[in-house]
Amino acid sequence: MRRSRRHFLTVSATTLGGVLVYTLDRSPQRVHAQSAGQAGPIKIPLRFFTEEEALAIAAAAARIFPSDESGPGANEAGVVIYIDRQLASAYGRDHYRYTQGPFADGVPEQGYQGKETPREIYRSGFKQLGRFDRLSAAEQDARLKQIENTMFFALLRTHTIEGMFCDPMHGGNTDLIGWQLVGFPGPRMGYFDDVDRHYGAAFRPKPASLAQTLGRSVRPSEDTEP
Amino acid sequence: MKTLRPVDVAIVGGGWTGLTMAKELATRTALKILVLERGGLRKTRDYFDNMDELDYAVRLRMMQPIRDETVTFRHSPRERALPIRQYGSFLPGTGVGGSGEHWSGISYRYYPHDFRRLSHIVEKYGRQRLPEDCAVRDWPITYDELEPDYERAERLMGISGKAGNLHGKKIEGGNIFEGPRASEYPTPPMKMPHLAALFREGAHALGYHPFPLPAATTSVAYTNPDGVARAGCSYCGYCERFGCMIGAKAQPTNTLMPVLGRHNNFELRTSAWVRRVVVESGRVRGVRYTDSKGEEIFQPADLVFLASWTLNNTRLLLLSGIGEPYDPETGKGTLGRNLTHQVTIPAATVYFEKPLNGFMGAGSAGVAIGDFDAMDHSGVNFCTGGALYTVCYGTRPIANFGFVPQSVSARWGSEWKKAALHYYDRTGLVRFYGEHLAYRGNYMDLDPVYKDRYGDPLIRMTLDWHENERQMVQFMTAKAVEIGQAMAAVEIRPFPGLRRYEATRYQGTHIQGGTIIGANRTDSVVSMYLQHWRVPNLFLLGASAFPQNPSGNPTLTAVALTYRAADAVIQRYLKNPGKLI
Repeated sequence: MRRSRRHFLTVSATTLGGVLVYTLDRSPQRVHAQSAGQAGPIKIPLRFFTEEEALAIAAAAARIFPSDESGPGANEAGVVIYIDRQLASAYGRDHYRYTQGPFADGVPEQGYQGKETPREIYRSGFKQLGRFDRLSAAEQDARLKQIENTMFFALLRTHTIEGMFCDPMHGGNTDLIGWQLVGFPGPRMGYFDDVDRHYGAAFRPKPASLAQTLGRSVRPSEDTEP
Repeated sequence: MKTLRPVDVAIVGGGWTGLTMAKELATRTALKILVLERGGLRKTRDYFDNMDELDYAVRLRMMQPIRDETVTFRHSPRERALPIRQYGSFLPGTGVGGSGEHWSGISYRYYPHDFRRLSHIVEKYGRQRLPEDCAVRDWPITYDELEPDYERAERLMGISGKAGNLHGKKIEGGNIFEGPRASEYPTPPMKMPHLAALFREGAHALGYHPFPLPAATTSVAYTNPDGVARAGCSYCGYCERFGCMIGAKAQPTNTLMPVLGRHNNFELRTSAWVRRVVVESGRVRGVRYTDSKGEEIFQPADLVFLASWTLNNTRLLLLSGIGEPYDPETGKGTLGRNLTHQVTIPAATVYFEKPLNGFMGAGSAGVAIGDFDAMDHSGVNFCTGGALYTVCYGTRPIANFGFVPQSVSARWGSEWKKAALHYYDRTGLVRFYGEHLAYRGNYMDLDPVYKDRYGDPLIRMTLDWHENERQMVQFMTAKAVEIGQAMAAVEIRPFPGLRRYEATRYQGTHIQGGTIIGANRTDSVVSMYLQHWRVPNLFLLGASAFPQNPSGNPTLTAVALTYRAADAVIQRYLKNPGKLI
């Protein structure tokens, strides 16, 4: 493991529609702010980030996908939890790339040739962000503008979208908030009777997660890949 | 190295072509047949769990692990090839069924002119219209010769569609430009999601001839001639990059394995990574593979079929020293030449006022027009064609969130979010797939630097687009924009144009060539029966045989050619094991 001290992300229960908390064996449990009956902070154990890093990443993701008049955003969806779990997993170690050398610069059409793993790209990103969460919104936007052509920003933007719209088993899209935003019903057995109806009118079945649709839980790759 | 007991037939690769050959041999002969598959087992019931966009469509769980093996790529022999480090332009599957598990199921027949491409261009426009360095050629078989095998392949899979040409009689509503068919499609066309209906109406209004995509995502319950029953499609939207959890999409696991599982002369061995074909005195003796424990194993066999996808068929021959590698400087050698990749582009991104309910769909639920496959090239500066179409795969939010019209410049923040939310379910694509001609400079060989997990050289692709493809794409983009306008789009973003081949943009897993089919041994690798010209007990199945890339998707043709090869092997080769030609 990267560090000995266990880090937690402390969030206010009232800021979230629901938050994911974890039992010691890391199986996710959903606790709704209202039903939890607590207005105080909730501690979420982190797998990769330090608390300081998590706060900076969460703040940056919330500028990319803000909570605003068009609806909730990265904070409510728990995007930072999604990113933390991905970076802690095989993905963070670059399990899904060909990583044999020699490394060399190519032309753009040959695709990304960098040697850095997603973890390493985030580590350089922390330096670029600094204590991002302590900046004003205008300062935050100005800082992101400076780095928006970096690999780190591209990855953070991709991960923010993934964390907004992934199945909640991956830690993001809490309470299916992202799917509700775009009207995506989640994995369903089918739409035989509806696929050629509703032309021109929004058809919006109530979203369900994969676990809800199957009636059992499925283990995500971040918990199964070596 | 351990040597196992010999088998009669070893088939490398458990995808559509390998398992179709296995089925024909297992059901029609008493030979002992072994299929060696690099990946793992798969069953229909496994696919309930795969309805997860992140693990399957983003992390690509059904694809060959790219960390173990990839492809190197460069545009020209003067440049340095680098490994494709993350999947982009193509997605080769692994495991039983291969890419035939995660495919979208669009199942065209090629046009009659595709089989005599060189003659067709020369007869129509003269030899001077052939692009410089073009290596296009005729196939050694015709559409009419292959027609019965197309019919068998369609019945195997239960393809849904509407005939546009029955015995030469043109039928409106089908593709009137297609070659003559002996029979109607086995199952009726799929249902039409909203975007497909808009395309059909728009194309029709412009005077084109829209037809439903021929679909292996079968529209109704279907029992094929082998007695294999499958359910009809439910339009759940998890097709391409996923396996079908109800078995409606024809896949080797739900179409071929049920038959093979009943035959004792068939064995499937998974986690068997074939690394060499062993040849002595002009005949294959067997194959050498590494198993999941890393043990090296020699499997003797009397007859070997390579059915391991385009790039690996070529690579196995190169690694095994079978045949003469192609040299683009001299034009000598046949192995590795005529590398092509179907020209596919999102020709026009179209934004609508009203929602599309795009989450409902299937991998081949859509509509196409063949008018530009059949076009006349007299007034244009390219000589190839293709189809404009739309397909309703099922919109998934990670892949599809964030597309905004050109009028919105922000890529993050409130303005972007608001626009992206609005357009999320109001965005569609008018797509184009087109022919890719073969050129002398586009080829494959072994990479001198980069290796796979076992230390074997990777295959190296040298590949670029030429002016013919760029001009074709520019022309088709303009036509796509017109169709978008006829679909009442509120804004249209045209494809910016084809420049150099990009390994980064997904273009379909339809890479072809390398072990091409031909009429004689001096300029091709296999005969019309897919038999290696020099090694008579070695056959190569799949699109590695295609001498250039016709416009349509290749799977149906690859399976039809496999049927044809199986007939020749069973009826002639087994009685007299030697050269069929």
